[in-house]
Amino acid sequence: MNLVAQRLVALFAAGLFLFSFPLLGLWNHDVSVLGLPLFPLALFAIWAAMIAALAWVVECGTGRDDAADHTDAN
Amino acid sequence: MLSPALVIGVSFAYLLLLFGVAHWGDRRAAVGRSVIGNPWVYALSMAVYCTAWTYFGSVGRAATAGVWFLPIYLGPMLAMVLAWLVLRKMIRIAKTYRITSIADFIASRYGKSPVLAGLVTVITLVGIVPYIALQLKGISIGYSVMTSPLGAAPTQPAAWWQDSTLYMALVLAGFTIVFGARHLDSTERHEGMVAAIAFESVVKLAAFLAVGVFVTWGLFDGWGDLFTRVAASDELRPLTLFAQGQQFPYAQWFGLIVLAMLSVIFLPRQFQVMVVENVNESHLRRAVWVFPLYLLLINVFVLPIALGGLLHFGDAAMNPETFVLSLPLSQGWNALALFAFVGGLSAATGMVIVEAIAISTMVCNDLVMPWLLRTRRFRERAEEDLTGLLLGIRRTAIVLILLLGYTYFHLAGEAYALVSIGLISFAAVAQFAPALLGGMYWKGGTRAGAMAGLLVGFGFWVYTLMLPSLAKSGWLMADFLQQGPWGLEWLKPEAFLGLSGMDNLTHSLVWSLLGNVAAYVGVSLARPPSAAETSQALLFVDVFNRQADARPVFWQGRAQLPALRALMLRFLGGNKTDRLLQSYARSRGAAAADALIADARLVQFVETQLAGAIGSASARVMVASVVEEEALDLDDVMRILDEASQLRAYSQALEEKSLSLEKATNELREANDKLKSLDRLKDDFMSSVTHELRTPLTSIRAFAELMRDDENMDPAQRQTFLGIIVAETERLTRLVNQVLDMAKIEAGAAEWNNAEVDLAHLLGQAASSMAETFRERGVRLDLVLPESAEHVWADADRLMQVVLNLLSNAAKYAPRNEGVVRLVLEQSANELLVSVSDNGPGIPADQQGMVFEKFRQVEGDAHYRPGGTGLGLPISRQIVEHLGGRLWLESQPGAGARFVFALPLAAVAVA
Repeated sequence: MNLVAQRLVALFAAGLFLFSFPLLGLWNHDVSVLGLPLFPLALFAIWAAMIAALAWVVECGTGRDDAADHTDAN
Repeated sequence: MLSPALVIGVSFAYLLLLFGVAHWGDRRAAVGRSVIGNPWVYALSMAVYCTAWTYFGSVGRAATAGVWFLPIYLGPMLAMVLAWLVLRKMIRIAKTYRITSIADFIASRYGKSPVLAGLVTVITLVGIVPYIALQLKGISIGYSVMTSPLGAAPTQPAAWWQDSTLYMALVLAGFTIVFGARHLDSTERHEGMVAAIAFESVVKLAAFLAVGVFVTWGLFDGWGDLFTRVAASDELRPLTLFAQGQQFPYAQWFGLIVLAMLSVIFLPRQFQVMVVENVNESHLRRAVWVFPLYLLLINVFVLPIALGGLLHFGDAAMNPETFVLSLPLSQGWNALALFAFVGGLSAATGMVIVEAIAISTMVCNDLVMPWLLRTRRFRERAEEDLTGLLLGIRRTAIVLILLLGYTYFHLAGEAYALVSIGLISFAAVAQFAPALLGGMYWKGGTRAGAMAGLLVGFGFWVYTLMLPSLAKSGWLMADFLQQGPWGLEWLKPEAFLGLSGMDNLTHSLVWSLLGNVAAYVGVSLARPPSAAETSQALLFVDVFNRQADARPVFWQGRAQLPALRALMLRFLGGNKTDRLLQSYARSRGAAAADALIADARLVQFVETQLAGAIGSASARVMVASVVEEEALDLDDVMRILDEASQLRAYSQALEEKSLSLEKATNELREANDKLKSLDRLKDDFMSSVTHELRTPLTSIRAFAELMRDDENMDPAQRQTFLGIIVAETERLTRLVNQVLDMAKIEAGAAEWNNAEVDLAHLLGQAASSMAETFRERGVRLDLVLPESAEHVWADADRLMQVVLNLLSNAAKYAPRNEGVVRLVLEQSANELLVSVSDNGPGIPADQQGMVFEKFRQVEGDAHYRPGGTGLGLPISRQIVEHLGGRLWLESQPGAGARFVFALPLAAVAVA
């Protein structure tokens, strides 16, 4: 796998853990942050961070050439 | 409350606008200036994922279950992380083999099985019709909220012909036909439709955000105010927390994420826009993050609208699913409500249009065609052009699908909330995941395995999700839900084998996916794959590894060009057939389409083109009917694969060989050029030498003849002449010596007696040996030596030759009687510098390079050719360079010339 593919798989694993047991429980408190409830706020924040990370990996990552076709995705 | 005429008028105006956009998209595509050929439009078209279910249903779900509307959008986020790997492979496979639907994809992978294609189509139909009904329900609810007094229960019209939803369904069918099934395209791409869908995505997002902003800042005083009031309410505050009273909240949450993750790829409409309508694989690069961003934006205001609605309406019985409309209406913001309604209309129509196109393709290619191909009447009409028939089937299918959706809505739509219907559909299409993903990455999956997996998964889905939902709608006796069928408790659909505690969706998902995967893998492993399965597995799994021309062709037999051509004519029409065959002939290097050889590759080409029009399974049947095939067994597949890889290896080796040949040719050409230039140099050299030799010889001969002919010559005169002759002879000798010297050094044949040389000492010797010459010419020679200097490693005699040469040059060019020549020795970090400078006329910049060329002397000054040979400087440079140093000239016209040479220090040179 090329670097981009490895990063994507790592990001996927991170997302899977952040959006499910047990890390989801970290935010499950009846607390307000800046007047907003913590749990939804945390979910949206993680979500936004993942989008930013994904954009960085696919748009700025190395290997913009499509020669990577022969090595990745297998 | 708005007047029905206004709402209907605005709706139709909006649909007309949509027609306009789609028409514009098609027009632009026709002139080759595609509007959908950019990643932003591609990403927006993916947002067809957000349907009326998102638009109305999410708010409803948030009002009852808080943050539990989110997993449906977090799943796609995760799916998009892997999309660059997985989806790109799907796109590559689909484009390579002209696959136009999810049924075709699965069937094609498992040996182009018509039965499998049919099964997938049936599952899709059964699973998706409720989802289409859901969209119609969304429009219907929206319409009734807009046109009834606020808070009134939605009224069903008394008779079906008064139901505006029916007409909406028919209008949508018309739109879908115009932009989805107007003409036959073997790639099944619909530019205008995609443009319209992207436009709808913008509208629904803008409308939803507008309502969100209105609720947050119009109805309340911003996020802070809204959530402070939520926090103050004991009823609402728990909605902002994770657990909502579920027994296994994490499992259910995870189940929803996985479900959404699979659905975002396997829903027919998603497959249509993401894979079939994809213009360029690289668009995926941007779309994978823009699409999740879109989902995030459309979800930001879901919780505020839901909680705001609950706060605002309090105990008034208002359906939360319509908060998007009822909140603006309650404040008299009718225009905003109308905009929100149009947004909901966008969400619903977009889904219906794309879904109907995708499913109609499947129904036509994978249900109707295989059946038609079997009937005798059809075969008797074999000679006709069937493109019209194909289009007719698709159009009929579109109308029927929408009417089915309407019927379902009419009969069962009231029983269920929007969200539940949607999730049931999601669970149905998730059943494609094992066969499809497995088929893309695992070569061992077989047709029987895929069939078993789909049947088991679908069976569980029907039993644990579909039947209970029908029972709850009142269509079935609900007894079997409580007591199990025939009183067998362990068979209870919502607690199968006693597995209880989960909600029924997670329960169904666990059983269906587990059973699906187990059956798929188990049955696949039970027996080895057949030849057809193996060949397709190789083509799918290794799609990235093969270039188009090295792809193996798994076919053997005999074919006739006219028969293949006739087959294409039937399904693709005349123009298209001619165009395709001609371009194929060009790519194969044949002069014309008629000159094509009906080999395996042509058969494969025809089959692939047909697959685009009628599906791979039907294409297989049709091609098999006009050619004489020899059945392939597993050995044949392996042999063909071997040949293909050998061919690839050969072509690679050939390529390498031709590359190295090219390299050798280049080297040879360079060597030849060098030789030629050397040859020319040699010629120049010879002619120069000859010329240089002739000058002294001529003068010697002239003076000698003078003396021979004049016996009475004055002795003094004779003495002068003899003197000239002797001088010219010396010059000759010098010239011959130098030419020999030069030749020796250049040939590397000169002898070098290298030793440590004390340069200061050597310069002193040189200066004293030249002292007489300088004195004669009235030129002062200044010798500047450091107190101590390190030694160099050199041949002392050769070095002396260089110094003497430079000094004699300087003496020649320095002005008589007032000339000054400086001989300087300096030491730097790792070399010794010797410079000889004069105060003569200097050398013009354009001639500085020439002085080191053989037989070149500086022209154009009074001292031209003062007796030199033109070889001194070239020889000197050769010597210095041989000793590892450099010799160069620094000069400005009028300011004298300075020749410098640098030699590395002894220690450095030895090292």
